[in-house]
Amino acid sequence: MRRRHFLKVGAGGTAILAVPAAAQQLLPAHDLAPLIMQIAGTSPPRPGRVRIGLPSLAENGNSVPLDLAVDSPMSEADHVRSIHVLAERNPRPLVASFQLGPLAGRAQLSLRIRLAGSQRVVALAVMSDGACWSAETEVVVTSAACLDELSL
Amino acid sequence: MSEAPGIGRIRVPPRARRGEVVEIRLLIQHPMENGFRRDTLGRAVAKNIIHRLVARYDGREILRAELGSGIAANPYFAFFTRATASGRIEIDWEDDAGVRGSVGAAIEVT
Repeated sequence: MRRRHFLKVGAGGTAILAVPAAAQQLLPAHDLAPLIMQIAGTSPPRPGRVRIGLPSLAENGNSVPLDLAVDSPMSEADHVRSIHVLAERNPRPLVASFQLGPLAGRAQLSLRIRLAGSQRVVALAVMSDGACWSAETEVVVTSAACLDELSL
Repeated sequence: MSEAPGIGRIRVPPRARRGEVVEIRLLIQHPMENGFRRDTLGRAVAKNIIHRLVARYDGREILRAELGSGIAANPYFAFFTRATASGRIEIDWEDDAGVRGSVGAAIEVT
């Protein structure tokens, strides 16, 4: 009998744990295509040259460390003009845009972002010749960034 | 509209060789209110984020950032510049309330 009881309690506990994961589904994923087109221009971004360093499992969506690096000599003639970060399930999917140039010396950035749930994160880099390169990664967020109002 | 600006802390190597690529690290104390939160009385907390940040090396722009509510509170940034001459690295920012802040550090290039 005690064993049955334990199983029941165990199942209840699992159900409670499952609630936050279900709640995360509330925010629908944005279609990133229009934003990407706005950034990349007419030619669609090609995958490559951009590296995203993001933990595959983030415990706290309020602050997730993000590293970005783009393969580029960062010279006058050939450099990264801008880097953009997009998160499809954030209420505002454009997280940040950075403009840089040859003075940066190295096309590499670190920052901390908010993630409103498990989702795909996309990074775009626009080069001095106008070409756009991209990378994307999936991240699982255990506790989403604080969003009381999901009215958007 | 300038009140007490967010306190910023910057880390730049004090000395570098000419041509060396150095890392700049910046931490700003700022709540980065995303506008979706309510206070303990249930009132909406106004959105207030640092929406623009510019880093300059002796007046020349290294990096310009346009930031959204997806940036974590107390924003942290690390980025690079090539040490060309002794001078100052200055970073300015502005939030939605119009409050501006800045922080700077000197670098000696040999």
